[in-house]
Amino acid sequence: MKRILVLGGGIGGTLVANLIARKLKKEEAEITLISASQRHIYQPVWLYIPFSMDDIRSASKPLKNLLNKRIKLVLGNITQLDAGIQKVTLEDGQQIDYDFLVVATGSHPSPEDVPGFKEGAHFFYTEDSASRLRVALEEFRGGKIVVGVGGLPHKCPVAPLEFTFLVEHFLNKRKLRDKTELTYTYPLNRVFTIESAAGYAQTLLEQRNVQIETFFNLEEVDPENKVIRSMEGTELPYDLLVMIPPHRGAKFLQGNPIADEQGWVKTNRNTLQVTGFDNIWAMGDTTDIPISKAGSVTHFEAPVVAERLVATLRKTTPHKKHAEYGGKVLCFIETGYGTATKLEFDYQNPPKTPKPNRMIRLEKILFNKAYFFLVPTGRI
Amino acid sequence: MQGITFTKEVDARGTFCPGPLMEMIRAVKSCSLGDVVAVISSDEGSRKDIPAWIEKAKQEFLGEEAVTGGYRLYCRKIK
Ligand SMILES: Cc1cc2nc3c(=O)[nH]c(=O)nc-3n(C[C@H](O)[C@H](O)[C@H](O)COP(=O)(O)OP(=O)(O)OC[C@H]3O[C@@H](n4cnc5c(N)ncnc54)[C@H](O)[C@@H]3O)c2cc1C
Repeated sequence: MKRILVLGGGIGGTLVANLIARKLKKEEAEITLISASQRHIYQPVWLYIPFSMDDIRSASKPLKNLLNKRIKLVLGNITQLDAGIQKVTLEDGQQIDYDFLVVATGSHPSPEDVPGFKEGAHFFYTEDSASRLRVALEEFRGGKIVVGVGGLPHKCPVAPLEFTFLVEHFLNKRKLRDKTELTYTYPLNRVFTIESAAGYAQTLLEQRNVQIETFFNLEEVDPENKVIRSMEGTELPYDLLVMIPPHRGAKFLQGNPIADEQGWVKTNRNTLQVTGFDNIWAMGDTTDIPISKAGSVTHFEAPVVAERLVATLRKTTPHKKHAEYGGKVLCFIETGYGTATKLEFDYQNPPKTPKPNRMIRLEKILFNKAYFFLVPTGRI
Repeated sequence: MQGITFTKEVDARGTFCPGPLMEMIRAVKSCSLGDVVAVISSDEGSRKDIPAWIEKAKQEFLGEEAVTGGYRLYCRKIK
């Protein structure tokens, strides 16, 4: 019997394990999933925590309850992957062998990569940081707020823009907008990676009177003097700083032969196969594919990984429908004042951005509410 | 352009904007004063974006050179 091992119990790992379990008969393979956390976390909820628009408890469910009964769940922190001898080692010394492997260990913010970041900057990309930022915003009485991106790539590329629109609305509601100077910084010479969407977002920022500082590559945060400095030599003062930290792939992948120094796994953008290994696939945030690190990407990649893995195991060709990932991305963008827009695109077609409206926001909220029922179990 | 010696080269062919620009930024960040960094890009946008960033960051753009499947762009770290 073949042994299938899935690393990570987030959006990608949970979904792909369930899809594989559905496709294969029990006697064909045993499926094991390793996760550092016993909870399955839905991170998009974190965007709303700083504004008290949602509750941190609604962002997670026990992972066990979302997995097909035949999947064996192992809880533990992976510290080593040896792809040559097909073995994974956990922090407690446990070793697990595999025949087929899926890497879906996501990405994580790495504030320690920027001097002064941990002491001086807020963010909302972890449970704790989002909750701390809620308190800071609650206590904010006016001054300079700087929101920015401290390194590329990072997950959910639209979240810093969404945060800016939401904080602007929040300040308005609290009658603090007149007393606040709001600035948005970005490492490129536009406000977003994708050029066509950047122009649109810039217009919206300008309409809301947000100052824009592009080509700002964060070099250091100086909490004592309350300023940030960029590689380009720009200095910006702040009273409240909200920065997306640089990101990395899981620690055990950083410098592993299947990945680069940052932990991004070398992955074929169509087959999702890991370069040089016929029995390993990678999906979600951890890949080095130059595409958004977004839950929707992982969601659309999962059927391809499941189809290809099963076909390899059975020595058949993958069914045409899910043979390749075409680069599909769907991102909702909160634009404040009860409205949202969305970006939908793939490798061939650049995004079109509809005018922000209430219907799209409703779609986003409903999707977030229905997420646990619909996505990890593979209902949609 | 040929004959420029560089300290570090990053081959970013096959990645799309902002990949090559970010590679340039990363390389300049991690190298020493006086070093020359070369980035090879197959993305047309890089020929505009990379020199624009070098100018903004007050580094020295040494030019570009056509190579198979793209361009090699050079930057000297001067500050
Ligand atoms: C604030 C915020 C808002 C977002 N909003 C959106 C949105 O609106 N739409 C959207 O599409 N995406 C959004 N995202 C992005 C989305 O959450 C991620 O892209 C998505 O979770 C990636 O899925 P994944 O399976 O690759 O990784 P994850 O979901 O992060 O899962 C990784 C898993 O790997 C496990 N793991 C990691 N390292 C180890 C280890 N060493 N040992 C064992 N287990 C390990 C973790 O415990 C976890 O179970 C948002 C993200 C944030 C932070």
